[in-house]
Amino acid sequence: MSTMLSLSGVTAFYGQIQALRGIDLTVEKGEIVTLIGANGAGKSTLMMTICGNPRARTGSIIYQGEDITQCAMHDIARKRIAHAPEGRRIFPRMSVEENLLMGAQVVKFADYDKQLALMFDLFPRLKERINQRGGTLSGGEQQMLAIARALMSKPDLLMLDEPSLGLAPLVVKQIFGAIRQLNRELGLTVLLVEQNAYQALRLAHRGYVLVNGAITMQGGGAELLARPEIKAAYLEGGH
Amino acid sequence: MIAYALQQLINGITLGMVYGLIAVGYTMVYGIIGMINFAHGDVFMVGAYVGIIVLTAFSGMGIAAVPVGLLVALLVSVVLCGVYGFTIERAAYRPLRGSFRLAPLISAIGMSILLENFVQTSQGAKDRAIPEPIPGGFKIMQQHGFVVQMSYMQIAIIVTTLVTLGIFTYIVTKTPLGRAMRAIEQDAKMAALLGVNTNRVISLTFVIGSALAAVAGIMFLSYYGVINFFIGFNAGIKAFTAAVLGGIGSLPGAVLGGLLIGLIEAFWSGYATIAYKDVAVYSILAIVLMFMPTGLLGRADIEKV
Ligand SMILES: Nc1ncnc2c1ncn2[C@@H]1O[C@H](COP(=O)(O)OP(=O)(O)OP(=O)(O)O)[C@@H](O)[C@H]1O
Ligand SMILES: [Mg+2]
Repeated sequence: MSTMLSLSGVTAFYGQIQALRGIDLTVEKGEIVTLIGANGAGKSTLMMTICGNPRARTGSIIYQGEDITQCAMHDIARKRIAHAPEGRRIFPRMSVEENLLMGAQVVKFADYDKQLALMFDLFPRLKERINQRGGTLSGGEQQMLAIARALMSKPDLLMLDEPSLGLAPLVVKQIFGAIRQLNRELGLTVLLVEQNAYQALRLAHRGYVLVNGAITMQGGGAELLARPEIKAAYLEGGH
Repeated sequence: MIAYALQQLINGITLGMVYGLIAVGYTMVYGIIGMINFAHGDVFMVGAYVGIIVLTAFSGMGIAAVPVGLLVALLVSVVLCGVYGFTIERAAYRPLRGSFRLAPLISAIGMSILLENFVQTSQGAKDRAIPEPIPGGFKIMQQHGFVVQMSYMQIAIIVTTLVTLGIFTYIVTKTPLGRAMRAIEQDAKMAALLGVNTNRVISLTFVIGSALAAVAGIMFLSYYGVINFFIGFNAGIKAFTAAVLGGIGSLPGAVLGGLLIGLIEAFWSGYATIAYKDVAVYSILAIVLMFMPTGLLGRADIEKV
């Protein structure tokens, strides 16, 4: 295995507030890695910092052997890092199709149809809704669209921030199934933040625990699941 | 008298088209970066001056074909104003992005004064006039000795504006650039996450808005035949009012607002008194905003996001 992404000593700030305190993290090619942590621990910030906003103040972010710490957000996206951020952020006054086209910004037009067909296989619901405005989709449909939009760029690394938020168990199962399928069949590398630590750790190869902007624990998914301190802090009633 | 009303209608639509073109520039910039570009009216003024310079050069060379001269003036003006728009954004607004809200507004007013003074010193403070570029017109009807006329120039203005708006609408609704503009308007950070170079798209928004203002400038010049360095202020305020009336941020709203203001002005001048036409315009704006605070086509955000 070779390394897809590695962070070393990354710090990030919002004004005076320090949100990340020296993060060291690696993601290997073909892996599913999950970040777990309490509200406000810095999970979303970590993902956004990889995307260049907020920028890492110190430390370095190496992606496929290239230092992207100082790259502009749009350049990072063009290196095939796709992020479906917290809160879905669907373009509300664009149709489903246009949202997907926005996701395909960075791919050649010839690949668009192929990628679109793949998305319709994964989420047939989107095909029925292709002309509906993003803002009028249901929460679950928006989440599917957010993931599909991220996937339209044929990413090498896919980051998902709480993809199951507010969704019915059946839809969650479907989305987790889709992630697993993409990972197994296409070798897609995934970095995942999930409220439901139990499901996330079961899906992931490895996990990191984030507390107050610093990583306090890491290990294989099953290994972390078995640890009593994880059980106590993150798994109570989580499944 | 129906004939008289018809004449005002034709005049109002012509004028309204010019306002609409300028208003689109205000509303576009507001939509994408949430600021009022107060220098926009002055870009329109520069557009008209570029037109007069080109037309003068043409007649100086002894070329008599005025329509050809106008067409060249239009193209040169569009290109030069595009460069102006680009430069204004780069020099006066981009460095202030992310600063406090009033900063770009003050900078815009500064830019406006700069452009006015620049034109005043380089072109003189006096009115400049051109002979009527395309004289003549159609006689549409005659009633009790009153002749309803639609001049060839009015037709040219209406057709040019419609074509320009058509191209513009196509860009905004169908091309990747237009999609990126709308995406930035709705969620700039998300657009950047998807690979949109937001700075570049914002630059192009200024270029396109300024190009539309240039078209309006040439239309204004050929319609009235007289310009001075201050026309940008008046037309700018009218067009800005049009944008607010139509719903700031809404592109069809800007055109609608422009048409309405042109019509109000024409009918008010035709039936009441020309002296108070601006009072009429702003009164109607105030009344509309009282009942529809977001303007005629502005949206109150109702979507769940
Ligand atoms: N835009 C912002 N400005 C200021 N502080 C922020 C901003 N965004 C996040 N923070 C702060 O940074 C810290 C980390 O926030 P972050 O959103 O990364 O947490 P999280 O782990 O994703 O939490 P959650 O599980 O609730 O989504 C929090 O203390 C938060 O208040
Ligand atoms: Mg979060």
